[in-house]
Amino acid sequence: MKIKLNIWKQANAKAKGKFEKYELDGVDAEMSFIEMLDYLNEKLIKEGKEPVAFEHDCHEAICGCCSLYINGHPHGPGSETATCQVHMRSFKDGATITVEPWRAKSFPVLKDLMVDRNAFDKIMTAGGFVSIDAGQAPDANANLVGKIDADKAFEAAACIGCGACVAACKNSSATLFVAAKVSQLALLPQGKVEAKRRALNMVAKMDELGFGSCTNTGACEAECPKGIGIDFIAKLNREYLCASFSEAE
Amino acid sequence: MSKFFTSSIGQKFFMSITGLFLMVFLKVHLILNSLLLFGDGELFNQAANFMSSNPIMKVVEPILALGFIVHIFYASFITLKNQMARPQKYKVANKTKASWASKNMYILGGLILIFLVIHLANFFWKVKFGTVAAISYDGGQTELHDVYGLVAGLFKGWWWYDALYIAGAIFLFLHLTHGFWSAFQTIGWDNDKWIGRLKVIAYIYAVIIAGGFAFIPLFFLIKYVV
Ligand code: SF4
Ligand code: FES
Repeated sequence: MKIKLNIWKQANAKAKGKFEKYELDGVDAEMSFIEMLDYLNEKLIKEGKEPVAFEHDCHEAICGCCSLYINGHPHGPGSETATCQVHMRSFKDGATITVEPWRAKSFPVLKDLMVDRNAFDKIMTAGGFVSIDAGQAPDANANLVGKIDADKAFEAAACIGCGACVAACKNSSATLFVAAKVSQLALLPQGKVEAKRRALNMVAKMDELGFGSCTNTGACEAECPKGIGIDFIAKLNREYLCASFSEAE
Repeated sequence: MSKFFTSSIGQKFFMSITGLFLMVFLKVHLILNSLLLFGDGELFNQAANFMSSNPIMKVVEPILALGFIVHIFYASFITLKNQMARPQKYKVANKTKASWASKNMYILGGLILIFLVIHLANFFWKVKFGTVAAISYDGGQTELHDVYGLVAGLFKGWWWYDALYIAGAIFLFLHLTHGFWSAFQTIGWDNDKWIGRLKVIAYIYAVIIAGGFAFIPLFFLIKYVV
């Protein structure tokens, strides 16, 4: 198939950047979106042109780095798929595909389609952990966890930190990401101990880094490649409000 | 706790509780207004005069005003901050599925505010600062403000006021379809089961409130004009 691409090109974090048009022939419908970009880059390199910088790693929707805003959708067409799971068969022959980086003050563009998602790491450092002396692996039945809680925690733990929630949100809010991380740990006995402090600190960090606030549009949940639901945001609100109203810290 | 007032969730918390408070007020307002539909206005006039002369209302009125002010203040503040979180916009506008109302709450709120100002000028101001005709139902012993006459006069005399009040109800409907369940979500009273239920209740509530308010001008049009 033949496609037209409209891709954001920006030399570095300080440069201005603009859209560049490319025409690509011989694209296989079975190629993944990432393979298509590799194919484009090979062609560009052969022609002596600058390839397009973009991030990818696992190609199986677990690392969360293939963050592209394709035709108005974070991670492109289809629900619960990361960019690396999108195939060219989802586009029509001759289609024009516009590819942009995540747009948010807290995710500055580093180069072309690559953004700096360090802000998520900073939020995690503020409380997305359990401070225990790990030691030996404990006995499987030493900590009893109910099935419902275990399932919910697992659901939340599926978050890959890709940032699509921020990219989709009209407020560039990171609330879904924080909600997933806070909930995952608050549901488990090991994480409960620090639940209050964690909720307060992670939310404070999220605010400090310039993400917007949640207005419950639900756009994040619609684009999340892992299907994280906004019920976790209600849980985060619950955790945060309880922590604020009780004598934490 | 001090951080609570400036944190994103804290600010949203105030949006929610003031929103919930205003929704209770709307319900009370509509119940009183429904008296307009019965009889020749005596019932409504009694109720309206009771409300405006009641000492409890002297306390409730400023609280209500404060509810509006806090709601509007935080809405403006949060909207401004949220706009700054994305300095560079997308070229292709976001196509993610989300309800129109949820994405335009501030605009809807602004339209409702404009309506509110006109509405206050139409009725509240006139009742409060007394340019309303007097009426008596007991041969002149007690005089009441003829608020019924004021309402009926406005709705049967000026068709654009009818249109305006119906438009106001539509904006309110849209605002409430999102605002109702969203308030519960923000205070944490929600989960994967309740989210669907709350959205349904939100629609029922919005239909009753907005439908009820829109029906009043229609009622007067049908009663007097048609
Ligand atoms: S919540 Fe979903 S969209 Fe947001 S970072 Fe996690 S996986 Fe990505
Ligand atoms: S490349 Fe790892 S999630 Fe897509």
